[in-house]
Amino acid sequence: MATATCSSILRATPWPSQILSSSPSLRKGNTRSSYRPIMMEFHLRPLPFEMDALEPYMSKQTLEFHWGKHHRTYVDNLNKQIKGTELEGMQLDELLKHGYNNGNPTAYFNNAGQAWNHDFFWESIKPGGGKKPTGEVLHLIERDFGSFEAFVDEFKQAAATQFGSGWAWLVGMPTDPLVENKFGKLAIEKTPNALNPLIPLLTIDVWEHAYYLDYQNRRPDYISTVINELISWEVVTARLERAKATINFYDVVVPDDQYKYK
Amino acid sequence: MSKQTLEFHWGKHHRAYVDNLNKQIKGTELEGLQLGDLVKHAYNNGNPTAYFNNAGQAWNHDFFWESLKPGGGKKPTGEVLHLIERDFGSFEAFADEFKQAAATQFGSGWAWLVGIPAGSHGEDKFGKLAIEKTKDAVNPLVLGHYPLLTIDVWEHAYYLDYQNRRPDYISTFIDELISWEAVTARLEQAKATINFYDVKMSSI
Repeated sequence: MATATCSSILRATPWPSQILSSSPSLRKGNTRSSYRPIMMEFHLRPLPFEMDALEPYMSKQTLEFHWGKHHRTYVDNLNKQIKGTELEGMQLDELLKHGYNNGNPTAYFNNAGQAWNHDFFWESIKPGGGKKPTGEVLHLIERDFGSFEAFVDEFKQAAATQFGSGWAWLVGMPTDPLVENKFGKLAIEKTPNALNPLIPLLTIDVWEHAYYLDYQNRRPDYISTVINELISWEVVTARLERAKATINFYDVVVPDDQYKYK
Repeated sequence: MSKQTLEFHWGKHHRAYVDNLNKQIKGTELEGLQLGDLVKHAYNNGNPTAYFNNAGQAWNHDFFWESLKPGGGKKPTGEVLHLIERDFGSFEAFADEFKQAAATQFGSGWAWLVGIPAGSHGEDKFGKLAIEKTKDAVNPLVLGHYPLLTIDVWEHAYYLDYQNRRPDYISTFIDELISWEAVTARLEQAKATINFYDVKMSSI
């Protein structure tokens, strides 16, 4: 199993592709004090694979619409919504937290969420993917779900039962160390529409537009195929590494003598 | 709306909602309830039960198929047109608002023309037409409103024929498919519970 290379670790964080463009507006006759407002807008990142590279599991036609139209529209509409406001220039994940507004989402939340989710989704799949993870990801999956098969069953179930449009996720989450014998664990979540979890490791898009051309109503078949053939476990591994900066997935062992009063 | 779409939309999606609903209520005291009653019961005042989604979707799709017909669309006539012009300003204004609602229902859902009781103050009538949009399986029955027309905007309703072009699907629905006869018949039934006009009190 190839280890994650530098470039794939870099790709594992979907940084928004923001292009700085400066619009010079020179004051006449005074080149020293030219005022150059910096404008930033989000751009649709290219897919990390060729459009036909996921055939026959996810067709080129699906990607032409899903990435080329749906994802592109979320990005374009987000740009229109934030243009000229104080939100222009914010990173995409900041926009998301800001837009969620503690459960009372703003007008741009849906577009920001969907733009982020789709970046994350394209990074989660690859040609020749699927099969089983290895190393620490496999260890934690076995620890927190019992077995890889149990994880797969639960993930499929979540993805299949997300009613309407939404996403299913593998996430890292903090646990209560008094209840569980560890400070963090892996878990599966499902979210509606544009919502996403705090510490995602893997996702599958279950909006109908993600699978309708290839699978029509057969969402379970689509889910199984993504799991068996497309998941990029390298990317999940890289994301797990970064998640460890905020979650301790293991026990903190406190030496006994720390409890003895001096 | 292609035959292929209907083979999946009616033959698979709608069928699955009905089959799954039957499995969920079999052997329970809900077995035997009419579908409309089941939907209201299942909505449980905003805390929907496990069978709400299937019941709602089964009802919504029945209502949707009845809302379309070949050679439909164009403009309504008679009382439906009169009330639309009264409550929206013009048929074009109604079409714009309906398209807007259907296009902006984020994620899965439906857009509706409904009859609703008007507020008791501030309006010179007791009932009026309005447009609503709902998500997933929700429908205006659970809000106490009277549905007259619907369009399904779940992606499965239009993806094979229109892909991402939901606005084109909506326009085509309005121009070519709406069964205004069905809307008229439903309006007649709605009048049993909603008075769309003024009650003139004779001077005492």
